[in-house]
Amino acid sequence: MSVVSAREPVGPIPQHHLSDDLLTAYAAGSLDEASSLFVASHLTLCPECRRRAAMMDEVGGVLLDDIAPVAMSAGALSAVLSRAEAPANDEPASMAGSRQTVFGADLPAPMRRYYGCDLDGIAWQRQGGGVSVATVPGIGDGSHAFMLKVEAGRAVPQHTHRGNELVMVLKGAYSDAAGRFGRGDVELADGDVDHQPKAEKGEDCICLAVTDAPLKFTGSLGWLLNVFVKM
Amino acid sequence: MRLLIQMGIIDVSSSMDYSGATAVAEPPPRNRVLSTECDSGLAVEKNGHKNRRPVRRPGKEMCRTIVLDAATPDDHKELMRRIAAAQDKAAFAALFGHFGPRVKAYLMRSGSTPESAEELAQEAMVMVWRKAESFDPAQASVSTWIFTIARNKRIDAYRRMNRPDLDENDPALVPDGPTAPDTAYAEGQVSTAIREAVATLPDEQAEMLKKAFFEDKAHSEIAAETGLPLGTVKSRLRLAIGRMRKQLKEFEE
Ligand SMILES: [Zn+2]
Repeated sequence: MSVVSAREPVGPIPQHHLSDDLLTAYAAGSLDEASSLFVASHLTLCPECRRRAAMMDEVGGVLLDDIAPVAMSAGALSAVLSRAEAPANDEPASMAGSRQTVFGADLPAPMRRYYGCDLDGIAWQRQGGGVSVATVPGIGDGSHAFMLKVEAGRAVPQHTHRGNELVMVLKGAYSDAAGRFGRGDVELADGDVDHQPKAEKGEDCICLAVTDAPLKFTGSLGWLLNVFVKM
Repeated sequence: MRLLIQMGIIDVSSSMDYSGATAVAEPPPRNRVLSTECDSGLAVEKNGHKNRRPVRRPGKEMCRTIVLDAATPDDHKELMRRIAAAQDKAAFAALFGHFGPRVKAYLMRSGSTPESAEELAQEAMVMVWRKAESFDPAQASVSTWIFTIARNKRIDAYRRMNRPDLDENDPALVPDGPTAPDTAYAEGQVSTAIREAVATLPDEQAEMLKKAFFEDKAHSEIAAETGLPLGTVKSRLRLAIGRMRKQLKEFEE
């Protein structure tokens, strides 16, 4: 029996997906917060990766079932039952700005929770060259994610990556040597790639980006852009 | 049998120091029998037992669980159903007996001291009781659901971060297409398929999978620790996952 949502599809199905490495680490809970945000945002937009993620969780369940048990302390069950029946007051506090009524949304909910608003409420910092950025606030573990907005028809200045850079399109589309990337599409750029994504005409292209090392811009605007991606 | 749990009589009100892993015994002549009598008046049976006798003993809160073999995912789901429907403590005790010691083992493997693993495992099991109603047997197996609770507890406690997760009610959610193969989940076939795949993995792949899931380490840290090249760590994981995916495909077709 297949569950068919009453909702109309709100967007195209992504063509470029998360890697198994990322999904495994997300299921295992060993991914940093910025990358976890990236994964959760893609899962919002991608039924196929939701199925893959469910499989990875199921792997965790099977391994848990299979692990050699370690006895709980004497009295553990009664302790748990008496705590379980006490009035619940230890639920984790929700994150600031997380409760909002949103009718239709551009940003996936995990991102709205961090920004406290949807795309129309974002305060962009202009960087010149048709590029603006908005850092994801409130990430607690020192990892870093930001949104990048490139004006319609413009190219991001040429840059190389010292670490890995994960990019996912949230609005609009861009193209580079690897193809076309639209809403929900993921691109992983590693240290060897020197690429120059170009936003499509007609609509600004907005992406979520996570880097594990600074980007290094190599083009003429590099000196300016290298300032804002210091992290 | 590995998962066999046989419980004697449990007095919910006083001497509940059932510690799980200690209470494994010989299989009874007919295992797969699940029979409990509780203070709630709920008496349940399985496999043809006809002695349904709701018993009320006001003032004396006895809860008897006679035989329990919660070996299959379906048995776990049945226990969850009872916990959600009737706050059935005997069912919870059975589930606790199976999963409490496993959650504790998982937390210890990921680096907790025995003391904090015990504490966190108890917290996780409190969540299992409180959130029982939100468990959806069509979405996942019980072991998976409990794994995700334990994992999120660990992330909260040790990494001191929130784990971003998708929101099923997000208006931005792109829904599953009408052809989504979700049948397998409802029938517990996914965990069966994955269980089989894990059981037949070459040791080096199985070990890498366990490391990736249980030890709170990035793949690069696993590489450094094991002395294996990062590429080898990743390829073993990919081979393991590929094998599971292949196994699943057979169920989906
Ligand atoms: Zn995807």
